Amino acid sequence: MDLQALWLSLRLAATTTVVLLALGIPLAYWIASARTRLRPLVEAITTLPILLPPTVLGFYLLVLLGPHTAIGRLVTHLTGHPLAFSFSGLVVGSVLYSLPFAVQPLAAGFRSVDTALLEQAQLLGAGRFRTLTSVLLPLSTHSVIAAAALCFTHTVGEFGVVLMIGGDIPGATRTLSIAIYDQVQEFSYAAANRTSLLLIGVAVLALVILYARRVPNGAPNA
Amino acid sequence: MPDVQPDIAIRHRQGRFTLDTAFSLSQPWTVIFGPSGAGKTTLLRILAGLAQPTSGRFHLAGRTLLDTENNISIHAGQRSIGFVTQQPALFPHLTARDNVAFGIRHLEPERRATRVAEMLRLFGAESLAAQPATQLSGGERKRVALARALAPAPDLLLLDEPLAGLDDASAHDILVRLLSLQSSGQVRIVYVSHDLAEIWRLPAEVLFLESGRVTAIGPLQQVLAPHREHLLQQLR
Repeated sequence: MDLQALWLSLRLAATTTVVLLALGIPLAYWIASARTRLRPLVEAITTLPILLPPTVLGFYLLVLLGPHTAIGRLVTHLTGHPLAFSFSGLVVGSVLYSLPFAVQPLAAGFRSVDTALLEQAQLLGAGRFRTLTSVLLPLSTHSVIAAAALCFTHTVGEFGVVLMIGGDIPGATRTLSIAIYDQVQEFSYAAANRTSLLLIGVAVLALVILYARRVPNGAPNA
Repeated sequence: MPDVQPDIAIRHRQGRFTLDTAFSLSQPWTVIFGPSGAGKTTLLRILAGLAQPTSGRFHLAGRTLLDTENNISIHAGQRSIGFVTQQPALFPHLTARDNVAFGIRHLEPERRATRVAEMLRLFGAESLAAQPATQLSGGERKRVALARALAPAPDLLLLDEPLAGLDDASAHDILVRLLSLQSSGQVRIVYVSHDLAEIWRLPAEVLFLESGRVTAIGPLQQVLAPHREHLLQQLR
């Protein structure tokens, strides 16, 4: 068992989930409430990573964050090291790759809140921030949990993006899914089996947490 | 009583329907009466700031809340208007107390608690304070919604068929409590209904709204006289 890879995957998934919730909640709120022509375009762009092959996204990120672009040079200047082949680079890639898994359930949750409640909040003097924190989020906890569980499991299991951006550096960028790939390359099928079962366990646990929050039809909503 | 001299002139086109009204809230109570589809709810939503009219103006308590000619449209939350609809829309994750406190967060905690208790008492709902909104009956929800709308001491309270769907005893009790506001003179009320039995008891100026236009304005008997036969049929 590659404990380093396990720890790195969990750290990456947790960091990505926190960043995605911080970015996804305001973005989903905007998508759910905006009445501008820009909305379909923004929604399409945030959904794009679902359609793109992970290697394509990883390749362009690698180029964009590399030393030959202005962004890459700026990041290196600010952080003291390039984003490519670093944990921070993995976080950037994972955030972009899992963005739709945060935004879609959150936007759907916000849209399902009764408009009359939002109007009452507005009439009672609540601004957009207070409406979000005092009405929308408490009434969308299922969506927030769904978004967090999906982001976490999706990040734990991702392969293409992290391989393209991070490579395969033990302790720095080698995640569980890359460790499985390495184990298979080395014909260590037993080790690959154990690591794969661990990944399946993480996914099942996240889904159990997700579905445990769902209330069956007809049951009172606690 | 606040110095309220509102002027209302609203024109709003929605498909083939046109709302075209002009009137003043000259009495503490104004009843807007008319058949379904006359534009009553649309008018209230425009006054509350929840909908934007094609053109119009609205002055309330010495303030211009809407003047499309001069590009003025005050945000709903800053109009000092309470709005209670047929569906009370209480925040389901909050208790009755927290619902009433929602619009007065700017008050000191002690004053806020006093105000919440006062408003709940006004509508006979003081015993419901700690109840989650989801556990309230229809009548209780209406009482809490009214208390919530009045807590910030608005200049105007808009009531869109607030007693619809209630049993007679609850409706009568809430109406009596609403009427007690008239003696305190703290707020003007615009009351929308198409239930003659309900508005008969109200000491109000009545606007008869038909197909988006005010066709009569004045005391109840005078306004409804031309519609006597039709309304009697409704009551039978």
